[in-house]
Amino acid sequence: MSNLLKNIIRFCFFILAQVFILNQIPPLHHLVTPYIYFLFILWLPFKMGRRSVMILAFALGFCLDCFTKTYGLHTAPCVLIAYLRPFLINLLISQEGAESNYNEPSIQSMGFAPYFTYVAILTLLHHGLLFFLEALQSGGFFYFIIKTLVSAAISLLLILLTELIFARKQRFRTNTV
Amino acid sequence: MRNIFLFIRIYFNFIFFLFLMGVSLYMLFTYNRFQHTAYSSVAGEITGKINIQYNGVEYYFKLKKTNDSLVKANAALYNKLKQDYEMPDTTTKLAIDTLKIDTLFHKRKYLYMPAKVVGNSVSQPNNYLQLHRGSLQGVSRDLGVTDINNNVVGTVVDVSKNYSVVMSMLHRQSNISAKLKKTGETGSIVWDGVQPNVVILKDISKDVRVGKGDSVITSGFSDKFPFGLLIGTVIEVSNDNSTGTHIIKIKTGANFYNLQYVNIINNLQKDEPQQLLKSVKKINE
Repeated sequence: MSNLLKNIIRFCFFILAQVFILNQIPPLHHLVTPYIYFLFILWLPFKMGRRSVMILAFALGFCLDCFTKTYGLHTAPCVLIAYLRPFLINLLISQEGAESNYNEPSIQSMGFAPYFTYVAILTLLHHGLLFFLEALQSGGFFYFIIKTLVSAAISLLLILLTELIFARKQRFRTNTV
Repeated sequence: MRNIFLFIRIYFNFIFFLFLMGVSLYMLFTYNRFQHTAYSSVAGEITGKINIQYNGVEYYFKLKKTNDSLVKANAALYNKLKQDYEMPDTTTKLAIDTLKIDTLFHKRKYLYMPAKVVGNSVSQPNNYLQLHRGSLQGVSRDLGVTDINNNVVGTVVDVSKNYSVVMSMLHRQSNISAKLKKTGETGSIVWDGVQPNVVILKDISKDVRVGKGDSVITSGFSDKFPFGLLIGTVIEVSNDNSTGTHIIKIKTGANFYNLQYVNIINNLQKDEPQQLLKSVKKINE
């Protein structure tokens, strides 16, 4: 399957999963609001330009905002993690030339520990900004801190499950960089 | 000049990031204005079409509950029929009722319009409903919305051609004027974002005695809801020491988890008092 088609399907899948599954389930507690849709941004190919990643992130956040009627609330965190994504990849990539050998970030291409550090940091940042913007309108400081930590933990658990269920097979493309 | 261009070229990604961030924060902080822009109503049409597909499935699973509440609503209406009441006739003179409640709506004040709920959330910090009825079907902004059993649900905030968006009572900016049925004190209903189906009644003075199970109804002061619609029943009373008022937790009469049909209430006589108020304000300025 071509890269473009794969990512279009992923885009629709993540938006629909977020809107019709995660936002619909009765909340366990008001501090727990899990998100996985931003995994789309984390799974974009290594080779994609930073500007295109940011534009896609903006579109992703805006689509979700259209469904939840909170224009801008999810867009801002998406743009933030899209901007910071390349810095983290450069920091955490362990194998020399993994960006050119593999297509996109995954356990296989980056190794388990670096990949999950990458996911965890961006999840925390995403939730942090999201709940910070929410807390600006109402809610206090401790509400913001606790909600960020608890929701990020649940989201990470869901992301781990997603990784296990939808295992992405990555082809080792070449070692002649 | 050359240095400026160099600067822009080096930091283009960062500037682009700041630009996108600025746009999204602008949308967020001006969202009340933003909601009424043209493309938000286009977005409403599109998300409405997707939501209706999903609702087709979800509705099937909730048929039983919807049916039960319809039966209840029907029974309540049958109980209000005239032939259920019989009294010894004490009138001596036959008076012809001249009140016009005909199909031309001459004296009618509130008109109920049923609408199908196609999108709903309870878990977000600010919850909205999406209805499959829009400006072409007679919905406009700032109309009240109740559930099938006539319990308060929320207010219409945005309308597109065939869909409308309702700010549910479970929204931090929702503010509904309410009244204790027993004693008649008025306060306002807000939501703290903690529990769905539980809202808070504020501004009730401490010396009013409030008990568990007391009904809270609409006050009829706003032009959205008629007097006496049930908002909910009291489940917990605590004191706010800083202001000397009660904080009263209320279980909502409407169950926000399984709303399938709602009624939109159109106040047909709302223009006249509003114009009067406006002219009074103008004189006193």
